[in-house]
Amino acid sequence: MNIRNTITIDGTPVPFQDGDTIMDAATRAGIYIPHLCHNPEFKPHGSCKLCTVNVNGRNCSACTFPAADGQQVLNSTEELNATRRTITQMLFVEGNHFCPSCEKSGNCQLQGVAYFLNMLDPHFPLFYPERETDSSHPDILLDRDRCILCELCVRASREIDGKNVFGLSGRGIHTHLVVNADSGLLKDTDLTPADKAAQVCPVGAIIVKRHGFESPIGARQFDQQNVSEWSLSWEPAAMGDEHG
Amino acid sequence: MTISDADQAWLSAVVANHGRHATRLLQILRDVQDHFRHIPRPVMQLLAEQLGVPLAQVQGVTEFYSFLSTQPQGRYHLQLSDSISDHMLGSRALGTYLCDKLGVADGETRADGRVSFAYTSCSGLCDQGPAGLVNGWWLPKLDRSRIDRISALVEADVPLSQWPQDLFSARDNVRRPGLLLSNPVASGSALKWSLMRGLASTLDEVDKSGLRGRGGAGFQTSWKWRFCFEGPEETAVCPVEKGERMERYVVCNADEGEPGTFKDRVLLNSHAHQVFEGMTLCAGIVGAKQGFLYLRGEYLALRAKLEAVLAERRRLNLLGVGILGREGFDFDIEIHMGAGAYICGEESALIESLEGKRGTPRNRPPYPVTHGYLGRPTVVNNVETFVAAAAIALKGGVWFASHGTEKSKGSKILSICGDCARPGIYEYDFGVSIAQILKDCGAANTFGVQVGGPSGVFIGEQEFERRLGFEDLATGGSFMIFDKTRDVLEIVRNFTHFFAHESCGFCTPCRVGTSLLRNAMDKLCAGHGAAGDLVEIGNLGQFVRAASHCGLGQTAANPLLATLERFPELYQSRLKSISFEPGFDLDGELSTARRMTGRDDAHAHLEQESV
Ligand SMILES: Cc1cc2nc3c(=O)[nH]c(=O)nc-3n(C[C@H](O)[C@H](O)[C@H](O)COP(=O)(O)O)c2cc1C
Ligand code: SF4
Ligand code: SF4
Ligand code: FES
Repeated sequence: MNIRNTITIDGTPVPFQDGDTIMDAATRAGIYIPHLCHNPEFKPHGSCKLCTVNVNGRNCSACTFPAADGQQVLNSTEELNATRRTITQMLFVEGNHFCPSCEKSGNCQLQGVAYFLNMLDPHFPLFYPERETDSSHPDILLDRDRCILCELCVRASREIDGKNVFGLSGRGIHTHLVVNADSGLLKDTDLTPADKAAQVCPVGAIIVKRHGFESPIGARQFDQQNVSEWSLSWEPAAMGDEHG
Repeated sequence: MTISDADQAWLSAVVANHGRHATRLLQILRDVQDHFRHIPRPVMQLLAEQLGVPLAQVQGVTEFYSFLSTQPQGRYHLQLSDSISDHMLGSRALGTYLCDKLGVADGETRADGRVSFAYTSCSGLCDQGPAGLVNGWWLPKLDRSRIDRISALVEADVPLSQWPQDLFSARDNVRRPGLLLSNPVASGSALKWSLMRGLASTLDEVDKSGLRGRGGAGFQTSWKWRFCFEGPEETAVCPVEKGERMERYVVCNADEGEPGTFKDRVLLNSHAHQVFEGMTLCAGIVGAKQGFLYLRGEYLALRAKLEAVLAERRRLNLLGVGILGREGFDFDIEIHMGAGAYICGEESALIESLEGKRGTPRNRPPYPVTHGYLGRPTVVNNVETFVAAAAIALKGGVWFASHGTEKSKGSKILSICGDCARPGIYEYDFGVSIAQILKDCGAANTFGVQVGGPSGVFIGEQEFERRLGFEDLATGGSFMIFDKTRDVLEIVRNFTHFFAHESCGFCTPCRVGTSLLRNAMDKLCAGHGAAGDLVEIGNLGQFVRAASHCGLGQTAANPLLATLERFPELYQSRLKSISFEPGFDLDGELSTARRMTGRDDAHAHLEQESV
């Protein structure tokens, strides 16, 4: 079977539109592919590798790889989910994630994905990196311990807010988020809580102050829905206004 | 630190010299590093303003490249190559000697600001190690007596320009010229012949020659040039227009960062005309007006010579406007310097770096050949590929294709180092056996060879009848020989350190995985490995290979996986006879507490429990 503009995902035929990535086609069809650095409101980025799928025998990032006629995509296999679990564990050990004391707990996509992938422990030795917390801004906290380097805040600030508040610096395991101010501090930028960059962080690294415990533990995002249901509840609609 | 008026004026002049282009950011930062011995924060600020880019970007670029630093380096910045071949020649002991002699610590600047020291990835002089750099200039064949001389020059504050030249002079060490090295192309001859015969038929000759890229991946060169000429699909509606209007670029990849590879160094030193001739032919064929030579920072010593060759070619009308009198054939070449980042050899990272950015590999597709520099169709080829193309243009595709094997036509230039009597440059027709090469370079008692550098494959004695070529053992040119006195695990450990240091950090599997591999190899080599660790390290290696974004991560575990598969007994012999060993030293963790309480008695220590 080779209908025009159709791929298969785990054997199910999925139509796609010109310009779609595999992630786009899957999301539109209501199929969840785990992801963290991808957000349908932004241009694909391709860095976290959580969305790794197998296309005609090769591993690819679903969020950046263009859909093409006749592709056979494997998504929900034990092997791919093991790869994704390993990636999630790596993200946990390279930062400092003390979930019980984090106000994003329950609303955090890293946590949500870890539950979805049935990650039971961090597996690898923890890195315990020393990272700076920036609490200088009156309304916004930047806790780099929790940053997974997805660059969503970088992209949001540049593409939507038009402010360039964030950027990545360093190399390799020393890669870190920097703030675009002479002092390097958030208080010296024009970031406001209404900015997309202040709201887009998938983890608890950028937090708008004084809203932390508005919904009690047990009533938070991923207490209600798992991350796949949550993603599919809003992402297909958000794809319409993809930026750029 | 505030910036004096004179320095501000200097900076403005530099920025103006670079045309105020943000694409020149890395080049400007190299100048700044030279001038101030680091990149001062206020200068970042000024650059951001003058180039119209965010400060965070200037900082991000600065902190990406190893040769740029935010802390002041000494007026004499000494570096020693950390390549395995330098290690084998005693570079680490020499480094300690140097540090003691000059009173400076690894990675630090002496209090008087005169001198600083650091280890660096392979400096491209593996045939004449232990090698180092002073302020980016080569220091080959180091030994204690040379270190003594260097220290005396530093202490006497003698300017580099007055140091004895013998300290700097690197040799070509061509031991076995082959198809290309014995048939050099006289400058201009290939171009003249091609213009006479027509550039289209030159492309046919390159096609007939079967030439495949010499940088490692082995993509068919004629196809790459044709795809670039054809341009991206979305503009394919009007072939005539796109052919004329869309800008195209030709880039020569002289990043040569793979440890043990130094053949491009020799080609650039002694055959630069032929490199540029190949680039110019390519430009004529694809319709490019602008070319770049991306030269690794470690090859600073070649720069002036290369600029002189470019100037001569302009004089000879082999570059510039209306090349050899042909109207509309305009092309020129600019040299861009790297700044200590192996990843910038990867073609899309190289292009990012050419654009003045952090060297992170792009998502593909689209490929550089249709969406490269500034989003335009761009050919990126290795130095040797251009050298071969120029020879093919002159002598024909059949000449080239009559050498080598079915799938690997022509010859390959190897850079050989490690345990052999005659390290240096060897050129062979493809299809030569490893045993033959070992014999020619005077290797004895050989345990194994790392073919293609750390990202290649480690082969043992049983495999020395294997042959070089894309069918069997592909290589970018690195050929490192290890004899039976060497410790394979230490070799692998050196390579895992290299990859962890050079990972760009963009994707999770390589960023975190290469560090985990490094730590695991450290643990094994320190004698703390347990049986479970071997299974774990093998799985981790497979994972990093399968899940990484680019070739760096995809090959970073090769040395480990290849040796684990071939010599499991060597790994097992290093294990403790237990199934689990904590990766973390409980007693060591208490050292701060002991220091604070001033205790060091038996009760202040923990007996480490092993399961
Ligand atoms: C991590 C990495 C480093 C690389 N370094 C180099 C290099 O130093 N020189 C080079 O020519 N190619 C290098 N390559 C290969 C280039 O990406 C590219 O394939 C090559 O320049 C194409 O030229 P060719 O077709 O002439 O071989 C590297 C690739 C990777 C993944
Ligand atoms: S702060 Fe948040 S949004 Fe920004 S890079 Fe880190 S994890 Fe991503
Ligand atoms: S594989 Fe390594 S070098 Fe390549 S993009 Fe990922 S982190 Fe960067
Ligand atoms: S979601 Fe695709 S790489 Fe991050």
